[in-house]
Amino acid sequence: MLTQYIPIFIVLSIAIIFAVVTVSASKIFGPQRPNKEKLSTYESGMKPVGTTRERMSIKYYLVAMLFIIFDIEVVFVYPWAVNFKSMYAEQGISVFFSMLVFLIVLELGYLYVYKKGGFKWD
Amino acid sequence: MIELIYLTVLLPLLGFIINGVFGSKIKNEKVIGIIGSSTIGLSFIITVLAFFETLSLPTENREHIIELFTWLKVGGLDIHIAYQVDQLSLVMALVVTGVGFIIHVYSMGYMHGDKSYWRYFAYLNLFIFAMMNLILADNFVLLFLGWEGVGLCSYLLIGFWYEKKFEKSTTSEAGKKAFIVNRIGDFGFLLGIFLIYLTFGSLNFGEVFARAGAPGIPESTFNYIALFLFIGAVGKSAQLPLYTWLPDAMAGPTPVSALIHAATMVTAGVYMVARCSIIFVSAPAILTVVAVIGAATALFAATIALVQNDIKKVLAYSTISQLGYMFLALGVGAFSAGIFHLMTHAFFKALLFLGAGSIIHAMHGEQNIQNYGGLKKYLPTTFATFLIASLAISGIPLLSGFFSKDEILWFSFANGNVLYWGIGAFTALLTAFYMFRLVYLTFMGKERIAKDKHPHESPKVMTIPLIILGVLSAIGGFIGIPALFSGESGNKFEHWLEPIFKNAGNKLAIYQTHSHSTEIILMIISVVLAITGIMVARNIYLKNPSFADKMKNRFNGVYKILWNKYFVDEFYDRLIVRPIYRFSESVLWKITDAKIIDGVVDGTASLVNSISEKIRKFENGVAQFYALIMTVGVAIALFWIIFSL
Amino acid sequence: MQEIYNLIPFVLISAGILVSLIFEMYAKNSKRIIAWFSVFIFLAAGFHSLVNVDNAQLFFNSMLQVGGNINIFIFLFNFAAALVVLMAMDYSSKYGNNFGEFYILLQSSVLGMMLMAGAKDLFVIFLGLEIMSVSFYALAGLNRMRLKANEASLKYFLLGSFATGFIVYGIALIFGSTNTTSIPQIVDKFGELTHNLLFMAGILMFLIGFSFKMAAFPFHMWVPDVYEGSATTVAGFFSTAGKTAAFSAVIITLGSVFMHGNANIFEPYLVVLAVTSMLYGSIVAIAQNNIKRMLAYSSIAHAGYLMIGLASGNYEGIAGIIFYLAAYTFMNLGAFGVVALIEGKDETNLTFESYTGLSKKQPFLAAMLAICMFSLAGIPPFAGFFGKYYIFIAAIKSDLTWLAIVGVISSVISIYFYLRVVVIMYFNETEIDLTVQKSNYGLLAVVISVILVIIIGIAPGSLIDLISSFLK
Repeated sequence: MLTQYIPIFIVLSIAIIFAVVTVSASKIFGPQRPNKEKLSTYESGMKPVGTTRERMSIKYYLVAMLFIIFDIEVVFVYPWAVNFKSMYAEQGISVFFSMLVFLIVLELGYLYVYKKGGFKWD
Repeated sequence: MIELIYLTVLLPLLGFIINGVFGSKIKNEKVIGIIGSSTIGLSFIITVLAFFETLSLPTENREHIIELFTWLKVGGLDIHIAYQVDQLSLVMALVVTGVGFIIHVYSMGYMHGDKSYWRYFAYLNLFIFAMMNLILADNFVLLFLGWEGVGLCSYLLIGFWYEKKFEKSTTSEAGKKAFIVNRIGDFGFLLGIFLIYLTFGSLNFGEVFARAGAPGIPESTFNYIALFLFIGAVGKSAQLPLYTWLPDAMAGPTPVSALIHAATMVTAGVYMVARCSIIFVSAPAILTVVAVIGAATALFAATIALVQNDIKKVLAYSTISQLGYMFLALGVGAFSAGIFHLMTHAFFKALLFLGAGSIIHAMHGEQNIQNYGGLKKYLPTTFATFLIASLAISGIPLLSGFFSKDEILWFSFANGNVLYWGIGAFTALLTAFYMFRLVYLTFMGKERIAKDKHPHESPKVMTIPLIILGVLSAIGGFIGIPALFSGESGNKFEHWLEPIFKNAGNKLAIYQTHSHSTEIILMIISVVLAITGIMVARNIYLKNPSFADKMKNRFNGVYKILWNKYFVDEFYDRLIVRPIYRFSESVLWKITDAKIIDGVVDGTASLVNSISEKIRKFENGVAQFYALIMTVGVAIALFWIIFSL
Repeated sequence: MQEIYNLIPFVLISAGILVSLIFEMYAKNSKRIIAWFSVFIFLAAGFHSLVNVDNAQLFFNSMLQVGGNINIFIFLFNFAAALVVLMAMDYSSKYGNNFGEFYILLQSSVLGMMLMAGAKDLFVIFLGLEIMSVSFYALAGLNRMRLKANEASLKYFLLGSFATGFIVYGIALIFGSTNTTSIPQIVDKFGELTHNLLFMAGILMFLIGFSFKMAAFPFHMWVPDVYEGSATTVAGFFSTAGKTAAFSAVIITLGSVFMHGNANIFEPYLVVLAVTSMLYGSIVAIAQNNIKRMLAYSSIAHAGYLMIGLASGNYEGIAGIIFYLAAYTFMNLGAFGVVALIEGKDETNLTFESYTGLSKKQPFLAAMLAICMFSLAGIPPFAGFFGKYYIFIAAIKSDLTWLAIVGVISSVISIYFYLRVVVIMYFNETEIDLTVQKSNYGLLAVVISVILVIIIGIAPGSLIDLISSFLK
């Protein structure tokens, strides 16, 4: 019963081995000159310690939100593109147009953000 | 046009809304009056067209039901706003919209200069709306709605000049009296409707009357239903013993008395009994009660009218008396005769009231006929029309009242007994007497007018309605010429209404055959009686004015009783009104209301208030707390589902 | 072609959103244009669905139904939205949320509601719910300069997503136990799964999530804060169309379960919620001094009355709910409309003191508000009376007479605070001046609502006939 999960198990082991090997290899072979900055926690370039009420630029959120939208777009479009041939054979040109409508709606949103100044960085 | 009959209901409503909502803003009296009158005029035109359309149809296709929408639907009770157009409702609708329109036009002159002109027309239109609902309804609920609606309008219009003094109190007291006395009747009517629903399982006329016509329902049930319905009719149509409100209703403007308290609303009871004819004929005992009450009221009210001095009071008692005639007709099973008299009475009694209004208008509010006299030369048109109406109500041949009254008298003899006829004929004598007492004292003889009054004929807008009604009073009877004279074609009016009363007539089946000669003899007697009445009045009040005073002194006891209307009002006051007052003040108000009910209500209110003040703290504005409450709720619900499975 | 024709309301609103976006980007006077455009598409979609109420049809692999009683809901959403747009035209500049986006968000929330009402699949319900809710969160806080609006928006979002979590969890459990998300199939399997804990817990979670949207106790906590904080027009929209949408979703799921002859297993849950909501809403409303908060608690109480209809679990109950929702939509919108007209800049004129002697200062508005209050209190002959009447009758028919009695008691309590408004307006005197900014469109919306309240009150039979004919 569990045999069908063997490929997953293999991927999992390779991932673990890869992680362990690379991290320990850099630890063993790399030069080690630690300072204060290097030893602090990495937090996407933000200061890890400080007041919790820190103000952040709104652009940070804007980019994050826009990223999610286009991320979802990719999630939709990629499988569609992969299956396009077979679906086209089955359902004809409507497959193309349905994705076109989706993209138009999405691009309209993109245009809206642009017009409203969502990409003005300064 | 039959399909559009609902417009005759909606147009008055529209007029009411326009005048009621915007009336106070419209400064121009003409505009208000024209809006108020034209809606009724249009309704009248539609009714006339519907009438002719119905006339052109074969007899068996003359009944229509125009359904607007479903009103209530609960269990077996299915009530629609639906209007029934048939021979009976069309006659009623013609009378209501026709006479109503004339009186609206008349009012434009009569109410001229009143500060609440718009309110008057709004109420009047609302009245027509309610009345049309009453007569066109195809079920008891809608009928009752109209029934209550006309009662409300009557109350509003009696107390229209609410600041004015009336007799011992104010006009609004008179309005209240009308409303409360009517309540007693309405209560009976409502019980009757409940009983109908219990018995027949429906409130739709068609279904109820079909089931009432079928065998299987005991007579005692019919007796109760008919009795309760009749109590309703007694209240609305001012019969013994609930008539006391109608004389007081004269506190309202005179056109209102003409429209509501003479021509239309008070005849609603007659209409209702005629509509439910099948139920009444199934309860012969109650039918006898109807006849007896009718005859008694006719005589009783006529005697009071003999000595009254207020012109409107005389006419009010005359109305009660004439309504008694109609109930007498219904009681002996002559339904179409009753409706026929209803119609002719609407013409001549409306005319009498409008004429009285014209006189009062001319005399600047003076209503005592002892202070009139010799008005003929000042008010020629009013006199001529008033005379026609008086002759008609007295039953002088060829005028409308003759045919209708004579038909009632004939049927009270043929279907009933000699006593009914005797009372009816004697009342006819009294009627002729008091009407001509009124005519002679008002228009002829010596002038007894106060110095500061300068009588003048009313404007055209008031006299033209009088003339129209005069013509109708004169010739209105020709549609109901008895078979005796018209030969083959028979009584047209009776023939027209025949399908409505066919089932009732078949069930009654007491038509005895009497020879034509009997009919002619009876007719001659009644005419002779009428002329006698007129002559006696002439001799007493025109030729020999001192004779009246002599009679008064000689029969002082009788006079006192009649002058004080048999002390019925005082009797009711002592026996019913005051004890109730005392009881409600000492027990109901001071103990039940003030202590028990107020205590409970106030206590509960303050308790709820304090609970409310406590719970509102629960809502503290902290989102985490809100989420916590939700979670607790979810947890309880989940526990419930887990342990209940 | 018939297929497209029946879908017109959905197409119209979806395309409308996109077109409005373009207006917002390019048109100069975008607010007015979008407002009128929204009125147009709402009315067009609403009347289209009313006219085509007879053509019931399934779309998208039987995931969406259009026609039948669903169209009554669609009509209500659209008509309510049109009225709200009319009210908002002048109000928005007063309140400070006069953005074209306001109308776009309104449109998208209506689209979500329509999807919820027409759903034949749990996922479509969820999709609709999210479209509606996200729009609602944004609508609540559209004026970001206002602290209370921000608070309302954030609270609504936090608690709303918490509740949505339950719905998703419920859907997952239902899918896990039935292997399907199609509502008709779930209804078919319902009978055999009544003892399956996972399935029942799933449906319960689903119900809990919607109880939040209906504003039923104890999931009502957000309501007063959100109504008070957000714009009056928006609060009116939440309380009418939002509530209707939540009930429509429950009716198409739970309602179709009853109508297939299954026992009403959730009766105890619904009864408890109904009783607590009615009493809590009515009692706490008494202590309020802000008319918007008062209306918020009244909305909780009304959720309770509506739940009586669900608890009775018969045709009459469902028909009664739909009737009640129609009546409630108009009377509550009328009330909120008047409040929006009277409200001044910066949340002034919202307390009862501002309404003292209103009958002298604004006789027409006072009369309109009085009719709405009478109707909300359930006084005949207005629409609200018949709504309660039909629901109580349904409860009595399914042997829940005591519940109807509790409902009547709660109505009696509620008369206290509804009529207090009338008393304050008509019988109290005040020296305080009240300046009311004139708004013809807002007035128009109020008048339309009140006329409908009266019409439904005069002819309740026709409406209930129409509704029942589409349930069978």
